[in-house]
Amino acid sequence: MDIHEYQAKEILQGFGVKIPPGGLAYSPEQATYRAHEIGGSKWVVKAQVHTGGRGKAGGVKVCDDEHGVFDAANEMFGKKLVTQQSGPNGKVVYRVYVEGGIEIERELYLGFVLDRSSERIMVVASRFGGMEIEEIAEGEPGSIVRSVVDPAVGLTEFHAREIAFNLGFSASQIQQAVATIQGCYRAFRDLDATMVEINPLVVTQDGLIMALDAKMGFDDNAMFRRPEISELRDKSQEDPRETRAADRGLSYVGLEGNIGCIVNGAGLAMATMDMIQLAGGEPANFLDIGGGASPERVAKAFRLVRSDEKVEAILVNIFAGINRCDWVAEGVVLALQANPVDVPIIVRLAGTHVEEGRQILVDSGLPVIMASTLSDAAEKAVASCRKSTPVTFQMEAAS
Amino acid sequence: MSILIDRNTPVIVQGMTGRIGTFHSREMIEYGTNVVGGVVPGRGGETALGRPVFNTVKDAVAQTGAKASLIIVPPPFAADSIMEAADASIELAVCITDGIPAQDMMRVKRFMRCYREDRRMRLLGPNCAGIITPGKALAGIMPGHIYLPGNVGIVGRSGTLGYEAASQMMDLGIGVSTSVGIGGDPVNGSSFKDILELFEQDDDTTAVVMIGEIGGPQEAEAANFIRDHMSKPVIAYVAGLSAPKGKRMGHAGAIISAFGESAPEKVEMLRKVGASIAPTPADIGTTVTQALRKAA
Repeated sequence: MDIHEYQAKEILQGFGVKIPPGGLAYSPEQATYRAHEIGGSKWVVKAQVHTGGRGKAGGVKVCDDEHGVFDAANEMFGKKLVTQQSGPNGKVVYRVYVEGGIEIERELYLGFVLDRSSERIMVVASRFGGMEIEEIAEGEPGSIVRSVVDPAVGLTEFHAREIAFNLGFSASQIQQAVATIQGCYRAFRDLDATMVEINPLVVTQDGLIMALDAKMGFDDNAMFRRPEISELRDKSQEDPRETRAADRGLSYVGLEGNIGCIVNGAGLAMATMDMIQLAGGEPANFLDIGGGASPERVAKAFRLVRSDEKVEAILVNIFAGINRCDWVAEGVVLALQANPVDVPIIVRLAGTHVEEGRQILVDSGLPVIMASTLSDAAEKAVASCRKSTPVTFQMEAAS
Repeated sequence: MSILIDRNTPVIVQGMTGRIGTFHSREMIEYGTNVVGGVVPGRGGETALGRPVFNTVKDAVAQTGAKASLIIVPPPFAADSIMEAADASIELAVCITDGIPAQDMMRVKRFMRCYREDRRMRLLGPNCAGIITPGKALAGIMPGHIYLPGNVGIVGRSGTLGYEAASQMMDLGIGVSTSVGIGGDPVNGSSFKDILELFEQDDDTTAVVMIGEIGGPQEAEAANFIRDHMSKPVIAYVAGLSAPKGKRMGHAGAIISAFGESAPEKVEMLRKVGASIAPTPADIGTTVTQALRKAA
């Protein structure tokens, strides 16, 4: 789960990380009022969207007076921000964060990730900040400091000190830097984060160390014990198809193609998508309805996949292991009788009682296209999509 | 002719009396697994499926001599159950539970390192289908009847994709020595490399099918192991060719977040070290046949 910059900053502030003065706004008027509250003569208006690369897409504006703040906010609200990281659909701006401008001496990078090689939390830092870590890794690879944390001990002060000296902090700044690094680590550990990124971390001209931007991601599997984090979820930043699926307990990822997929098991679902692509088609989604593939979940899955208007055919691929194909087939029949679907449906069943399952589908009289193997299913799905597009149809008619 | 589990291995089930625990314990017993008891805190002294239930894993080990444990407990308590098994000298734990927080697993792995290597527990999973030595024993949730006994090992992250591979092999008359699920979580007990190492040493395994997916460094690590230490043919498939970067594909660990974690990159690494690559998930069985023929 991702949260907004202002939420991450509030959290990190609670763990001793310094942030510039700022306030959230839901309208240009509020933004102006926030600027007035903060005071000073320079402000930064920042679109709150769940994506990086806002600056280049017009999501960060520096303003010299309160009118400028109003205009900047006014332009951002309701705007679809398409950045390099947001995907082609972009993210709509519903909240902006107004921050007091600060005089910066230098910019650094401070990140925390769950490192899958060491299977521990790893600190990644660099004396170069303000650009993507990938760019730093390419341009200044020698500047990157990495430190793996032993979960039994936590991030020790001497490790934090080593990182701080490596980043070139002066003796008088070391205590502050250590507090910042350890604060981020404690936030990561105590709140089940999967990522904390402060980019840039800045040193102000007054010698203060501050988080100028902040990103946090959290472990979905740990949300049962982090209700305070679950509350920060912002559905306006999610793919609406994925929100619907998540609210129904289904594991779903929306994609760009036109062949809807209903599969049991994550690995088989990925393999089914691969098969569709290899057969010349494009999957509209990833959907894992769980190993069990109960009739209720099959029905839910049909409604969900059908709600995506791009879908021109639906491929159902179920490997019935512990459960049985005839049972899954009955679920498919019930789901389709209750909610008829107006696109071709290709069903491939495998595993236990597969003949009985196929018979049930054939006897139901429903317009279901049966497939025997994975490749057969993918080819039939791709072919049925081609047939339903008018251009191909005309070509066929002409020949 | 197997690794990790055979007909005689005494197995307990942690979480045996739950709805899902009961169902799978029964399947395991019917398959012929030597299930000697269960562990459910507070239910010690009762009987389930004709086996004694204990309050603690230590009690169960003392009374039954259990060597392996199948863990089917809800995610909030699963990490604790794994550590309890490790502390009670269980040799092999198989954790089916999906949804354990990643930091819990980090602590579990740190905890397991407290024990000397010769009495350190081996963990499969979490979020896996378990392990089966066809015709002998099953500690997991896979359907036993789709596996033909034989000499090809299977190791994979995904449950149902593993079933797909096993049944394709069965249709071609190829049997399985042992099939091992390592699970779809970002922090897991055993890696591909760990299991390949066991198959390489097993006299009754002649080739290994490895089913990887996007995300994480374990396929790359396996590729290095294959290059340096593997004498047996490896047949590989990596799922997620069409998966976009930065999106989690069902499994908590199936997300491309770094260089080398996409399916085409992993396929290339495995191809370079001599693994036979199944071009599509529908060709796993036929690729195994070809590889076996070439090796013969």
